[in-house]
Formats: sequence, C-alpha cells, structure tokens
Amino acid sequence: MTAKKSTIKDTFGDKVFLTVIYIFLILVILVILYPLIYIVSSSFSSPLAVSSGKVWLWPVHFSLEGYKAVFNNSQVIVGYANSLFYTFFGTLISVTLTVLFAYPLSRKSFFGRGPLMFFILFTMLFSGGLIPEYLIVKDLHMLDTRWAMLIPKAIAVWQVIIARTFFQTSIPDELVEASEMDGCSDLRFLMSIVIPLSKPIIAVLVLMYAVFQWNSYFDAMIYLKSESLFPLQVVLRNILIVNTTSSAGMDAGKMMELKQLADLMKYSLIVVASIPVLIIYPFVQRHFMKGVMIGSIKG
Amino acid sequence: MAKQQTLAISKRKTGLRKRAVRSFRKHWQFYLLIIPPVLYFIIFKYIPMFGSIIAFKDYSVVQGILGSPWAGFKYFKMFFDNPMAWSLIKNTMVLSLYHIAVSFPLPIILALALNEIRQGIFKRSVQMITYAPYFISTVVLVSMIIMLTSPRLGIFNHILEALGFHSINFMGEPGMFRSIYVWSDVWQNTGYSAVVYLAALAGIDPALYEAAKMDGASRFQKIIHVDLPGILPAMTIILILTVGNLMAVGFEKIYLLQNPLNLSASEVLATYVYKMGLLNANFSFATAIGLFNSVVNLILILFANVLAKRISGNSLW
Repeated sequence: MTAKKSTIKDTFGDKVFLTVIYIFLILVILVILYPLIYIVSSSFSSPLAVSSGKVWLWPVHFSLEGYKAVFNNSQVIVGYANSLFYTFFGTLISVTLTVLFAYPLSRKSFFGRGPLMFFILFTMLFSGGLIPEYLIVKDLHMLDTRWAMLIPKAIAVWQVIIARTFFQTSIPDELVEASEMDGCSDLRFLMSIVIPLSKPIIAVLVLMYAVFQWNSYFDAMIYLKSESLFPLQVVLRNILIVNTTSSAGMDAGKMMELKQLADLMKYSLIVVASIPVLIIYPFVQRHFMKGVMIGSIKG
Repeated sequence: MAKQQTLAISKRKTGLRKRAVRSFRKHWQFYLLIIPPVLYFIIFKYIPMFGSIIAFKDYSVVQGILGSPWAGFKYFKMFFDNPMAWSLIKNTMVLSLYHIAVSFPLPIILALALNEIRQGIFKRSVQMITYAPYFISTVVLVSMIIMLTSPRLGIFNHILEALGFHSINFMGEPGMFRSIYVWSDVWQNTGYSAVVYLAALAGIDPALYEAAKMDGASRFQKIIHVDLPGILPAMTIILILTVGNLMAVGFEKIYLLQNPLNLSASEVLATYVYKMGLLNANFSFATAIGLFNSVVNLILILFANVLAKRISGNSLW
C-alpha cells in the first residue's frame, strides 16, 4: 500500500533504488530456480547426455530411462510405501497429542498452565542428548519397530505453542462460559466446537508434521535395522550419498552403460522423492506462512 | 507488619488452593486430556535429561542407568585431554559463527526488499519461489550438492571449465566444506526465515510511513528509520535463539556432507558424539561430550537473553 502511494512522487534516487531492488530479487529467483530446473531437466535427458555434461538448462535427448530405472528398483518402492505409512500415522498421532495439550493450555480457567508451559519450554532449552534418548527408545523395546518412527519425535514444542496461541485468540472465553452454562462438558466442547472452528490451525499442524515426517531420515538411520522398514529418505541416502550400486564382475562396455544409467537415475530419484511435497506445496504455502506468523506473535 | 504479611501470604495460599480445587473439580476432563502428552514429555524428554547422568558413570547395558558404578569426571577428563577435543570445539564454533554471520542478515535484507515492491504477481512469485527449497529434505539437498559439485558430472565444474578454469573437487576440499554448508543453507532457508520479518513489517503503523514521507524521507531513509526499528524486536528474539543454538549446528546435514577427505573441517561435536556413542558404543563418553555441548548451549542462551534485555529491552522471558 505504501509502495503504491509513493510511486507517484518517487524521486530519481528512489527510482534507482527501486530498480536495484528489482534486479536483486530477480537474481535471487534465478539462483534458487537454476539448480531445481537443472535437476528436473537432467532427469528427463538421456544417460549419455547427462554423463557427458550436455545438459545446461533444458532436457537433451528427451528420455524416460531414468524414471524406468527408479520404478524398477524394489528398494525405492518399499521405501515409498513405508514413508507414506509413517507420514500418515505419524501425523495423526502428532496432531492428536498436540491438540490435546494445546487446548487446555490455552484456557485461563485451567489451573497450572503456567508451570506446564515452563515444563514444555524447558525442553527447548536443554535436552538429554542423543545417547540418553537412544537408550530410552531401546529400553522401551522400540528399536527396529515401526513405533520408533512414530512416537519418539511425536510432539514438537513449537507446534504446541502455535496451536495454543491460535486457540487463545480465536476461541473467546465468553463462548466457553456460555456453553458451560448450557451444561456442555469440556470434552464435548473441544470435540464439537473447538475442532470445527480450528480447521485452519489443524491444517497448519498436519502440514508441518507431515513434511517433517516425510523428510526425516536420522531417526530411521539410528533406530531401524531391517531394510523392509526403511523410509524413502534412508533408501535415498543409501543410493544417492553412500553409493551402494555394485558393479563388480562386468565387462567394461556394459559397466560404462550401467554407470551412466546410475548417474541419470539419481536425478530422477530426486524428482520422484520430492513429488509429494511439490504437489501439495502450492496449496499449503499460504497455510505455512500463517503458521509461522501465528508462532511469531508470541514466541 | 510481619504478621500482616504472613496473613496476606497465607490468604493468597488458600486462594491458590481454592482455585486449584475448583479448577480440578470443574475441569477434570482437561487434566485427563493432558495425560498422554505429559507422559510423552516425561518419557522422551525428562527421563533422557535424567539419563544424562551416565556421563558421570561407567555405564553398562546390563547394570542399567542406576546400577552402573560412578566414574566422576573421568569421561570429561578423557575428552579434554584428547587433542581432538579442541579441534572439534573449534570446528563447531567456526562453522556456527560463519553460519550466523551469513544467515542472520540475509533474511532481513530479503524481507526489506520484498516490502518495498508493490503487491502483485511478481511479489507473490518471489515469495513462493524463495520459500520452496525449505520443503526439500536434507538427504535430497545434500545429494543435489554432491551431484552439482561433482568433478566429473557437476554443473559447477562444467561452468568453471567453460570459463577456462580447472575443475575443483568441492566436496574433497576441507577448505570448501564450511562455505558449502553455509551457502546451501542460505539457498534453502532464507525465504522461510524472511517470513517472520515480513510479518513484523506488515505490523508497522502506516502513520509512521506517512510521517516519514511528509519529512521528505527517501525510500532508503524510510528503511533505516522506520522499517529497521519496527522489526528490531523480532530481530533480537531470533538472534537470541540463534546464539542459543551456537553449538547445536545442523548435525543431520553435516553428517551427510562428511567424507574422509573433508573430515578435518567437518567433524563437529555432534557428529563425534554420534560416532563414539552409537557406532562405537562408548555410551558414557559420548554422553559426557553431549552434556558438555548442551550445558554450553544453555549458558549461551541465558547469557544472550540477559544481554538483549540490557541493550534493547527485548527478551525471550
């Protein structure tokens, strides 16, 4: 709004300044987009074009070889299914626990909310560290089970704060008092009034937890041993970073070809792994911003 | 006088108790609801905090946390007597300070620039594009870095060669590691971090801009005298949080970026804890290092908070 008004009588200096800003922002966009476009273009090129460095911006010798290789890889398919499982159930558990905690914390009539807030905020300042956290998961016999992916990181303090702030500001105390007069219990009020009124914040929580689950690899790396339980990110790490493709005992020409295909497959794999997030991104973008903003009102 | 005071205190106490009882009776369902999340925090946060006493014990899996014999400061001594310790602490600090120096100001600059341009498609596109890399997973980001900087296939080296330079093995140079870590983080998170500042900028009173315009302020002057003071509280809080995490560098990403060639720059406290503790099963030794790290972090955040309160009047609590 302020920008619109001031353009009328922008001085020469202001115009130069504004031009510099536009140039700066265009450069920022290019720097961010270029690697992404390069990866996608490479993934649609031929193995030879990728390994000989012919791809600069657009696909060269369009082919779907890389994607064929990805979908022929059983590890990737199992990882994909596992990640969907962890993301769905992990998000369900996380959102439920977060709402259960955040709603009572948002009510003034709830005695003890001050100490309870301190109780959770303190965990942001100090933690037991990696080893004691690992040992508790071990003692609970969760190692190498699906539970290890769903429970130990179930609640993020930040999300509790965001949800609490939302409940505080959008569910007025008068509404609670009125429903109490009518003999509505706290539980019923939560289920039939608060949750329907809080769809925006629940969307934010679902999205944040889901992206977190989909993208996490570290817990899986330390808690899981069986390959059949690995989420996609661990499979990706093994293929893309640790490089576990074996090429022993093959003739040189065949090996060369396989190596080229393996290189190409990495690009396709990156695209395939990011697709779920990329598809939902345009829809969730606004909600994410809202989440960050609510969180920043009262940190 | 004293009597009055004790009376007042006891009155307040009974008031408190009354309120507690009333709250329990009226809102017992609340207390039922919070049982599962409270149990979660106790089991997965507070018990491990208590469990970090194994740093002072000779922990053995058979005897458990309580049963293991005390070892005093043996493991802390062991760590600090090792020349490795100082290089780990140095690597952690240098990486963190470099990271803060770059990633603290850049989101502010981006937000200020975005705030200057008119509402419209361009502004929305910039926001959407700068925000997108935040959603890329660490594994994918690191794979992208490795592929784009690879000496044989990477586009970075193709560009260098096209310009007539020699290709560089970016991932194999210890000297390049910190820059790769910091600038890839800038690429991924600047747009996301700018959102907080954009929210703060949107909350500035328009009357201040009007007044500045009346006084004939240029756009740049408005940024300095209206925008920056307006987002100062947000800046302070984010700086405190960043300083509090000085020793808690992005472990997951560093671990993935590590290779034998860049280890001299990329081995930090957190990755060492992981290797000692979970790969070599030196639980007590690793916990001692981790505890040292957590305590330093806690002291830093408390210190930063006090300092910020003194200087700017803004603080976390």
